[in-house]
Amino acid sequence: MRTLFEFIIFPGFLFTAIAGMVFSWIDRKVTARVQWRQGPPFFQPVYDFIKLLGKETIVPSSANSVIFLLSPLLAIASTTLASVILWKAIINPQSLFVGDLLVVIYLLAVTPLAVILGASASGNPIASLAASREMKLYSAYELPFIFSILVSVIKLNTIKLGEIILSQQSSGIIFNSFSGVIAFVVFLLTIQAKLGLVPFDMAEAETEIAGGVFIEYSGVPLAIHKLNRIMLLFIIPVFASVLFFGGKFWSIIVVLVLIILIRNTNPRVRIDQAIKFFWRTCLIFSIFAVVLATIGY
Amino acid sequence: MSAPIKIKALTKSIWVFHAACSPCNNCDIELLDALTPRYDLERFGIQLVGSVRHADALLVTGAVNKKVVDRIKRLYEQAPKPCVVVAVGNCACSEIMFRDSYNTCGPLDKIIPVNAYIPGCPPKPEAMITGIVKLIKALKGEK
Repeated sequence: MRTLFEFIIFPGFLFTAIAGMVFSWIDRKVTARVQWRQGPPFFQPVYDFIKLLGKETIVPSSANSVIFLLSPLLAIASTTLASVILWKAIINPQSLFVGDLLVVIYLLAVTPLAVILGASASGNPIASLAASREMKLYSAYELPFIFSILVSVIKLNTIKLGEIILSQQSSGIIFNSFSGVIAFVVFLLTIQAKLGLVPFDMAEAETEIAGGVFIEYSGVPLAIHKLNRIMLLFIIPVFASVLFFGGKFWSIIVVLVLIILIRNTNPRVRIDQAIKFFWRTCLIFSIFAVVLATIGY
Repeated sequence: MSAPIKIKALTKSIWVFHAACSPCNNCDIELLDALTPRYDLERFGIQLVGSVRHADALLVTGAVNKKVVDRIKRLYEQAPKPCVVVAVGNCACSEIMFRDSYNTCGPLDKIIPVNAYIPGCPPKPEAMITGIVKLIKALKGEK
C-alpha cells in the first residue's frame, strides 16, 4: 500500500508530473521573455495535456500496434521509478540500497530506447530516419554522461545516492573541485541531448523531419510521450543537483536555468556534428575529469 | 471526458498544421509572420507543429488544383478529430481569378468541410488572429 502510494502520488507519478509541468512552463516563459514575447499562461502545459487526452488516437495500419502503444507506457513507468528513487534518497538518505545510482542510470536509459522502439514500430519512413538519429545520438552521449557521473562516485567512494548526498553535506559539494566543475559542464551538455532540447534535438526536428520520432503519435500516446519529456525536464536537474550539489534546492533551479539558456542561445546542429562533439570534446574532457578525480583534485 | 472540459482545453491549446495547396506563397509568408515573436501567438497556446497527427487546426492556403486535391483530402483524413479547417486567403476561400480554370477543383469548402474563412490577398497577420479568435468563440458556442 505504502509502495503504491509512493509510486503513484508523492514522490512518484503525480508529484513529478505537476512539478514537471511547472518546470515546463518556466522553460516556455523564459524562452518567450528571451525572444521579447509575452509567453504562454501558467496552465498551458495542463491544457496541452488535457487536450491531447481528448483527441482521437490513430494507429497507422502499417504499424506494429502493440509495441507502438506500449512504448510511451514503458518510458513513463521507468521515468516515474527513477523519480521515486531520487526523491526517496533526498528525503531520507539512509532508506535505500547500495547501487541505487546504477538503477537510476539504467532507468534514465529506458526513455530513449522506448522512443526508438515506438518510432521503429510506427512504420513511417521519416520515423525510422528519426529513430536512427536518436540511436546514434544515444550511443554518442551515454559514455560522457556516465563518465561525468563517475567523478562523483570516485571522489566520494560510494555508489549509494543517500551517501553521495550525506557526504557532500558534511565535506563540501563536488562542484567545489576542479574535476567536479569539468564533470558538471560535460553533464550539462549531455543532458541537453538526453532531454531532446535544441542544440541536440535532431531526432524530433519539426522543420526538417516533421516531428521525427513522434510523427505518427496522436491523442493519448502522444500525451504520455509529452508528459514523459516534461517529467524528465524535472528529474534530470534533480539528478544533477544530487550528484554535484548534494541535493540542495537552489541548485535544481540553477541547472534548469542553465538548460534553458543553452537551449535558447544555440542553433540545432547536424547529427554528425553532434556525434563528433560528444565523442571528441565531451569524452576527452570527461576522461580528463575522471583522471583528475582519481589523483585527488 | 466531459464535453465542456474538452472544448476549453481545445480552445486554449490549438496546434496548427500549415498545409500549402499550390499557393503563390504570399499567404504562407504572412502566416509565418503571424507566428513570429511580434504577434506572439503562443500566449493563446497556438503552436506550429510539424506532423498532421499532432494538429488541431489545418491552415490551408492556395487554390486547390488537380495535383493536390487528393493530398488535402488525405491530410484531412489523417488529422485526429476534433480538427478544424481554416481557409486562409482569397484563393482558398473562393479561388478569385482562378475560378473555372482548367486545373482547379473548386474552392476548399467543396473538398473538405471548412470551419473558418480568412479572406485577403494576402490577409494580414492581424486578420488571421481575428479569424482565429472568431473560430475560438464559435467553438465555445458564443457569438
